[in-house]
Amino acid sequence: MADSLIGEDFVPPDVHSKVTGRAKYAEDARADGMLFCRLLLSPMPHGRVRSIDASEALAMDGVFAVLDADDLPAVDPPETPVLTNEPCYVGEPILAVAAVDEATAQNAIDTITVDLEPLPFTVDPLHSLRPGGPNARSDGNAVVRREGVREIKWTTEDFDAAQDGALPVGEPSVEWSYGDVDRGFQDSALVLDETFVTAGLSHHSMEPRTAMAYWQNGKCFLYGSTQSQAFVIPGLARLIGIAPENLVYIAEYCGGGFGSKGGAYPVMAIPAHLSKKTGRPVMLRITRAEEYYTGSARPGFQGRVKIGFREDGRVAAVDLYLVQENGPYAGFGDYTSAADAVSIVYTPVAMRFQGIAVATNTPPRGAQRGPGQNQIAVAVEPLIDKAARHLGLDRVAIRRVNAPDHDSRYGGGQSDITSAYLSEALDKGRARFDWDAKQAQSGRRRGSKVIGIGVGQAYHSAGSNGFDGLVRIAPDGTLHIHTGVGNLGTYSYASTARVAADVLKYQWDHCVIERGSSERHLPWNLGQFGSNTSFTMTRTNYAAAIDAVGKLKDIAARTLGGSPDDYDIGDERVFRRTMPAAYLTYAAAAQRAIELGDRFSGQVLADNLNSMTKTSARALAGTGLIGVAKDTLPREGTVPALAAGFVQIELDLETGKFDILEYVGVADCGTVLHPQGLANQIKGGAVMGFGMACLERHVYDSHYGLPGSIGLHQAKPATYLDVPLRMEWDAVDAADPQNPSGAKGVGEPLLGCAAAALLCAISDALGGHYFNRTPVVADMIINAASGRGQSHTPLQVNTA
Amino acid sequence: MRRDTIPSFDLYEPDSLDTALELLHRFGDDGWPLAGGYDSMDWFKDRTKQPKAVIDLNPIAELHGIRETTDGVEIGALTTLTEIECSPLIKAQFGLLAEATRRVASPQIRNAATLGGNVCQDTRCWYYRYGLDCYRAGGNVCYAAAPDGQDREHCLFGADRCIAVTPSDTAPALVALDAEMVIHSTEGERVVRAEDFFMMPSVDITRMTVLRPTDILTAIRLPSTWAGANFYFEKVADRNTWDFALVNVAAALSVSDGVIRDIRLACGGVQCIPRRLTDVENDVRGRAHNSDTAERAGALAVAGAAPLNYNHFKIPLMKNLVTRAVRNA
Repeated sequence: MADSLIGEDFVPPDVHSKVTGRAKYAEDARADGMLFCRLLLSPMPHGRVRSIDASEALAMDGVFAVLDADDLPAVDPPETPVLTNEPCYVGEPILAVAAVDEATAQNAIDTITVDLEPLPFTVDPLHSLRPGGPNARSDGNAVVRREGVREIKWTTEDFDAAQDGALPVGEPSVEWSYGDVDRGFQDSALVLDETFVTAGLSHHSMEPRTAMAYWQNGKCFLYGSTQSQAFVIPGLARLIGIAPENLVYIAEYCGGGFGSKGGAYPVMAIPAHLSKKTGRPVMLRITRAEEYYTGSARPGFQGRVKIGFREDGRVAAVDLYLVQENGPYAGFGDYTSAADAVSIVYTPVAMRFQGIAVATNTPPRGAQRGPGQNQIAVAVEPLIDKAARHLGLDRVAIRRVNAPDHDSRYGGGQSDITSAYLSEALDKGRARFDWDAKQAQSGRRRGSKVIGIGVGQAYHSAGSNGFDGLVRIAPDGTLHIHTGVGNLGTYSYASTARVAADVLKYQWDHCVIERGSSERHLPWNLGQFGSNTSFTMTRTNYAAAIDAVGKLKDIAARTLGGSPDDYDIGDERVFRRTMPAAYLTYAAAAQRAIELGDRFSGQVLADNLNSMTKTSARALAGTGLIGVAKDTLPREGTVPALAAGFVQIELDLETGKFDILEYVGVADCGTVLHPQGLANQIKGGAVMGFGMACLERHVYDSHYGLPGSIGLHQAKPATYLDVPLRMEWDAVDAADPQNPSGAKGVGEPLLGCAAAALLCAISDALGGHYFNRTPVVADMIINAASGRGQSHTPLQVNTA
Repeated sequence: MRRDTIPSFDLYEPDSLDTALELLHRFGDDGWPLAGGYDSMDWFKDRTKQPKAVIDLNPIAELHGIRETTDGVEIGALTTLTEIECSPLIKAQFGLLAEATRRVASPQIRNAATLGGNVCQDTRCWYYRYGLDCYRAGGNVCYAAAPDGQDREHCLFGADRCIAVTPSDTAPALVALDAEMVIHSTEGERVVRAEDFFMMPSVDITRMTVLRPTDILTAIRLPSTWAGANFYFEKVADRNTWDFALVNVAAALSVSDGVIRDIRLACGGVQCIPRRLTDVENDVRGRAHNSDTAERAGALAVAGAAPLNYNHFKIPLMKNLVTRAVRNA
């Protein structure tokens, strides 16, 4: 056994069941008398339900119930409703039918008449911002944080002032600044003023979301597909209309979420409501096509950024304006996160940000891996290259001169960070990729093919605090680590659990991870999203284990004499330092804890614990030694996850196609917890990044508001032949000082750095042609290579 | 719009061609012949097509397999693309078809998809597939051709109310190989050349091929004329697997003493039918097999191209692919 489990590879306990097919996903859940339901979806992008006639459907054999918006409590705008009488995008659920099987439910839906009054709609934020432009919602077009929905229109003068395809700039809904921005531009040797577009993206979760619900003894049992576990419960209970303690939530496996399953989402509640209405268990299986409607999407940006560079490449000033295509509902704060990312990746001396989230009649927007940070990475990183070309600087060097250090500041408030090792990541990647030698190959021709190389960087905040840890030493001596974080698929639920084993000096095969169901008595934990798990959950598990160590020593002192400080732990025993023969095995100590009761065995709990944790600890009370504590470790500042990617491509100027010859990804994730898990994140993030950069489509017909990228073959995530078979990875592996294990998360910037590096490599291969748009698809490359203009206008969105 | 729920239908599994033809004749427009299913199931899942009777052709032994004939090779219409791709006979004599087949969709799809299904599949115009009442669906509008139409994947040539393109990778190869399509109905057998098998919208806008609802494509014959010729196939799609061509090209050249003695060329993804490039063929026939001739071929190939809102990239792409085909075959 290694001295520490941290940094060692291991086989996470859910791997075998996944690769053998024994893993039970929500869709595998079954209950006696279970019904299935299907959804009637809006055929139009915006409308109002005048009437619904479901009489024929309800008279059909095998049909049990129809559920519509009138059956459900109203939600506060701009939250996404479960069902609606004002559909705001094609594919929005209007009603649900429960029947003996899906075909019967769909047959019933085909007989239902919904009289819809068409309302104005738009799929383009700028269209909505024009004077007299259409509003995507009947109550307005701008989604303003902490305020809700209101109408914002820019003036004709705002639009007229924008020249040559530049983004018009009107009233923002959010803005901040620090430093003297004007002075920064005055002091600059080069100022770029660039307009750009980044496309929206669907999530493509391999497991379409499923929920099955039934009621028993006043409690709702719900099997769902979510990244998170405990964090889902309050929101889902609210959607169902019950108290959180009356929801039993089971989510053992998740077939991909990428942010879209981070918390409770509205359609999950439908089977619960239908089950209540019918008195039977009900399952809802969202189909592959429906994933592209209700499964949410990454917001797109129409943006403009002015960047001032000094001669050495140092960023003196940034002025950023982002218009976020928000979908019709609350959306996500991508545009503000994007601005924060700029502040930390380039550490501009002065910066101003303005932004607005505009409602559109496209699917609801939600977090997607690096929400905002990765859109801005693909928009700005090629512009850093452009500046390097103008200034005659090396492209890694210009990034390094702007890279943050531990004293750098974050966001508009210029707050502290915990640690930053981006320079080290760039240095490591530069050496491993052999950047200098590769640079010499840049532009080299082989027939119609040309070599391009690129480097990209990205950031995401990577950690939180204040959640609870819960462990139990059973009378048989095993350690049960209760984790409520969820199982997104990264295995970080397991790698962070190992911290508890490490603190208690357990052999890993004597440990059991308890997870996946409320019935396993789980603590209150943050959701598994936002690259936070490695930082947040190492702290909670550490806190619980430290609590257990203290109780072990206390029990030993009470049993064997002396004071707790006289004792230490090792070999799964608590022993007296000066007299190692005086010891209790953990098994014996657990038995003593049960006998002692009180705080030792969960009967008495600290006041600062969350009520969910208290409930779980009480359920475990008297079954062993209970270590339970809230993470009150100090934390000052934002936890930055940073990453750098390096790409070499060979691009065919005659076809617009390219091969990725080499990829190296380097993470600044603090201390590496689980090398194999990190490797998976770096490579998987790169695969997603390559798709974001060059393949994935989010197409809407602007005249009819119809989606043209439904399903995997139309939306086009990367395939195994679009990515290199071998990808290299590395990590700085330097500890974050505010985590007991030194760990930080890193899942999200690993997408953005790869996407940005690929885009930079394409522009490099084309001799410095910058598209100011993602994705850069084959047709754009062919047009650029053959000297033709692009089909889209510079600010067009949701286009082919 | 997408529903993803297949409606009920009666499934027939005839084990003889005659029985299948009789069933199709009996059900007429309510019948649906099923091969690999990759086109059919999409229609069924979306409930856009709701046949009462599905006639599964797979149990009919004579529709499967690759056979040498006195004048070439005959491929049963239900032969899977994987079988064709891996056939030593096809690879040795008609490598063009083997290569085109290898570039269809993904390995998993090729394991079940058939050659007959691949050439008979309906267009992939997303508006049409969405279930809209466009011209091709019997309506009176083309959504893709509207001023705001998202028509990146659509045609450069032959727009006639409908602007959709043929999605098949094997069809241009069969046209280039001068293949014959063997069709059976209760009225007997007829044979049409591959280039005549595909139908322009000006003839019948609701059909992609000459097949009537009561017809079954039973076999594809490859005459020995082009066996072992110089071949070239290339497909450019957004993704390198599981994607339809933006443009593909298939070429068969007979070259001796450095001179192109004969040539057949076809492109997919640029017209509703595989576009045979007869002007190019006539121009380069008798010319030296070199880069200059290839450049001429590429330039001539795109003469008369009429791009739409979002697809003018297909002009340089088609030009480049035809140039490469003539140069590298």
